[in-house]
Amino acid sequence: MSSEAHATLVAEQFDDQVQQHQAASLGMWIFLCTEVLFFGGLLASYNIYRYLYFSAFETGSHHLAVVWGATNTAVLICSSLTMALAVRAAQMGKRNLLITFLVLTLIFGLAFLAIKFGFEWRHEYLDGLAPGVNFTYTGPNAHHVELFMFFYFALTGLHALHMIVGVGIMTGLIIMATRGAFSNGHCNAVEIAGLYWHFVDIVWIFLFPLLYLIGGRY
Amino acid sequence: MSENVVHIESKKLYITIWFVLLCFTALTTGVAYIDLGPFNTVVALVIAIFKASLVVFFFMHARHSERLVRVVIVCAVFWLLILISISTTDFATRRRIPEPRWFQNQPLILQHLQPGPTS
Repeated sequence: MSSEAHATLVAEQFDDQVQQHQAASLGMWIFLCTEVLFFGGLLASYNIYRYLYFSAFETGSHHLAVVWGATNTAVLICSSLTMALAVRAAQMGKRNLLITFLVLTLIFGLAFLAIKFGFEWRHEYLDGLAPGVNFTYTGPNAHHVELFMFFYFALTGLHALHMIVGVGIMTGLIIMATRGAFSNGHCNAVEIAGLYWHFVDIVWIFLFPLLYLIGGRY
Repeated sequence: MSENVVHIESKKLYITIWFVLLCFTALTTGVAYIDLGPFNTVVALVIAIFKASLVVFFFMHARHSERLVRVVIVCAVFWLLILISISTTDFATRRRIPEPRWFQNQPLILQHLQPGPTS
């Protein structure tokens, strides 16, 4: 590669491509730090109320379908694999492979959202477990169960919002990849999008046991 | 500081990690159906932390990242832990301390001025 080609691909403020890559990666990691604390605030308050009202939270948790939660976990793990393989394809400059894996990741992401909104949230709404919209549960500690459902919708809703953003990023990457933006191994954007996507997967890895498996299911 | 070589992981490694993640998902779901008392939560969290570590190390390339990135990762975990643990110490220690025995024989007028018995 000629030095002119290098110069146009390294932004002005960086000395070389290595530094540009490291800066991009570090920037995304710091953003993910802030995201950890974003979810962390919700999780800390969830932890406190779960500690205070454990049996009501257990009751609420038993109303959630473990099958869908586990399926969604598997879907996201598959999407992480395809994302990692997409980054690998970008690093090797293989355009068609990259597009294939990006599309697969996108499909898995959409599948997750379809299950979450189409099956889980819809059923919880129809079962009268959606606080503020349709909450008709009348067992003991109904208001604490309602609090659990608040947390459930807040946590999974915030996660789904991140997923929607991720889906948008995937779409953008696919468009850029088809235009050849990621040939010659200039794949910073794909790598940092991969970091974001894996983070969203990690959040779900924690949300699944915390929301669906409280106190066991025996 | 400079890492001039882009580490490209093997497909086999990614697929192995993917398979391990799926196995542990099945494990955590299965263990939930066994009665372990309070250890259900502990086991579930340990498995979740293990899965997250796998994703961070292998899928997010943390094992090939420069030291500064790893410091940032540790910081995120650290801040999250102090957020959760220190706020938990507040709620976990909200117990009424019972009245000391010497106090229980106070004259009635002083007892009326004190808060009622522990709830």
